[in-house]
Amino acid sequence: MSLLQSTQLRATPPASAARRAFIRAWPEFENPAAWLVALILVIMPLIASGFFLIEIFGTTLILGTIALSLMFLAGYGGMVSLMQLTIAGFAAYMVAVFGISANTNISLGWPWWLATPMALALATAFGTLGGALAVRTEGIYTIMITLAIGAAFYYFTNQNWAIFGGHTGINTVATPHFWGIDWRTDIAFYYVTLGVAAICYFAVQYISRAPFGLALQGVRDNPRRMAALGFNVNAHRVAAYAFASFIAALGGVLQVWNYRQISPGSVSVGACIDVLIIAVVGGITRPIGPFIGALIFVLLRTFALDFLVRLGLDGNRFRLLIGLGFLAIVFWSSDGVIGLWQRWRQSQRPRTDRPDGGRGHG
Amino acid sequence: MSRFIERHPAWALITIIAIAVLLWLIFSVWPPGLEEAIGRKRVFLNAVFNGITLGGLYFLVASGFTLIFGLMRNVNLAHGSLYLFGGYVGYAVSTSTGSWTLSFIVAFILTALVGVLLQVIVFRRMEGQDLRQTMVTIGLSIVFADLMLWACGGDFYQIQTPSWLIGPVDLPLITAVKSSGEPVYLRYPMVRLVIFAASVVIGVAMWLALNRTRIGMIIRAGVDDRDILAATGVRIQLVFVLVFAFGAGLAGIAGVVGGTFQSLSPGEDIRFLLASLVVVIVGGMGSIPGAALGALIIGLAEQLGSVYIPTYAIVVTFLIMVLVLAIRPQGLLARR
Repeated sequence: MSLLQSTQLRATPPASAARRAFIRAWPEFENPAAWLVALILVIMPLIASGFFLIEIFGTTLILGTIALSLMFLAGYGGMVSLMQLTIAGFAAYMVAVFGISANTNISLGWPWWLATPMALALATAFGTLGGALAVRTEGIYTIMITLAIGAAFYYFTNQNWAIFGGHTGINTVATPHFWGIDWRTDIAFYYVTLGVAAICYFAVQYISRAPFGLALQGVRDNPRRMAALGFNVNAHRVAAYAFASFIAALGGVLQVWNYRQISPGSVSVGACIDVLIIAVVGGITRPIGPFIGALIFVLLRTFALDFLVRLGLDGNRFRLLIGLGFLAIVFWSSDGVIGLWQRWRQSQRPRTDRPDGGRGHG
Repeated sequence: MSRFIERHPAWALITIIAIAVLLWLIFSVWPPGLEEAIGRKRVFLNAVFNGITLGGLYFLVASGFTLIFGLMRNVNLAHGSLYLFGGYVGYAVSTSTGSWTLSFIVAFILTALVGVLLQVIVFRRMEGQDLRQTMVTIGLSIVFADLMLWACGGDFYQIQTPSWLIGPVDLPLITAVKSSGEPVYLRYPMVRLVIFAASVVIGVAMWLALNRTRIGMIIRAGVDDRDILAATGVRIQLVFVLVFAFGAGLAGIAGVVGGTFQSLSPGEDIRFLLASLVVVIVGGMGSIPGAALGALIIGLAEQLGSVYIPTYAIVVTFLIMVLVLAIRPQGLLARR
């Protein structure tokens, strides 16, 4: 009733209202910078060589997707989970176990279109179970429990030879090959990662504005009130874990296709923490943050050695650089690089033009 | 204790039976059928003793962690780095001066100083912001790990056991009976027993200090409600610094202990951080008796697991954690 009245009272024609709703739902489409970034990403193979295409941008997109799942949990659900990389690693292992690889005594040799959904489903189930365990606790406890799960998985893969191939892992994993295209060639693979990352990005963006995402943000801000309103707090949290696990699993599948091998080193505790660093450095309030963080991380990881050597320092101190950068970000900006950027923009802008608060958490 | 039995008679019964079975397994001479089924008693006893002494080491690391958490509600994920730092300091001191005891003192003082710096420079600036503190400690642990790798390299170090502690001792526990009817006693490394005894002494002293002294009373009051405590005129920041220094110092001592009967290398920091996490999750965050119980359980599970089911030893530890979380999310001995 009130809805009807309000639409009648408003003078704007319905088409423009629909358009406004669309823009409210997808603010990227109004932003010329977003279009520019999308265009650059699409024509990237024309600009960048094979090394840059896969080692920098492909890896960025994959790591960004995994970190995106953490951003979803931490930013919208208030749950900092350190096991997102473990879920990705689990999916990667499952692709190797069910699919085709050089370790014929382990791999079952299923075709990729059967092995990949299986891996995704199993990894999602794994992540949901871990999430169901983690939601029994809150805040810092969640960090500790997910860290313990990640570490347990790392040690387990190291010791288990029957399924996970011990500390050498599983090598020469087959990659999909259909429609006459080898999807692991640089350009094709770049578009696969770009497509998956874009789908995940828009899915997270959409869910954050869908009723489920809004309820989840309510749970983040005040679980008691949400429970009093009749929402099942734990069910929302577990569902958030399930969704994030699926995204992380997609990232894991891409990762195993990228490196064509999987070993415990890629699910180590340090790597789990790297994902947290990526998400926090980029900023955990918006889905774009993890991708920015991943780009910074990958660039640092690739070029820090040369850079440090050129400055006359020891090139092996790359992790020190990462750690100090992370500390600086955490110390001075609670919202990562995005937060710094926004603060800079606001300080440039004249005072009158400043938007009202509440845009940070979107 | 009696209240626990009244409330959960079934659990109490299970616990008592389990303890009785364990004691019987330790003290009796095993019948031949049992030896055939699960192997020789010497192996079992060694695993139990290794587990208990490892539990002592875990307790030293985890008690500092849980003490800091209990009072200040900050999860110090750089605790493993403090452990490794203490170990390296202990190694440096013991190789240069040859004194094992001195290495404990220096390691304690230096790690306590690092703890004071952490508390004053880092944690005081962000009091009450749990997640941010946790992130900062993660960043610090990365920086520390790399600095230590820079300074000490990736080699394995082992601290020399002092000569008066080298060698095994006979324990009055019969492992087997020879055909001549002569009993065979268990031989066990002296140094591990001494270290275990020391950790028990430290644990009991901590418990007494917390429950019977004035400063302990202040700390317990701070755990319950630090705002009211500060309002009564206690200089709470000073208490925080002292507790942080003491907890960090304990990690440093544990580093020397770990360097003596295991070894020091990059990666040990994460291992011990993880062990103390699991220990305090099982035992209950912020509780010293909880840390002791959790350390004992995890140490025993790790060692018995690595003897009887070597492939899945780590999974046993993990399963215990899952079980505790499922039944009692706040930990076995935490009150909430």
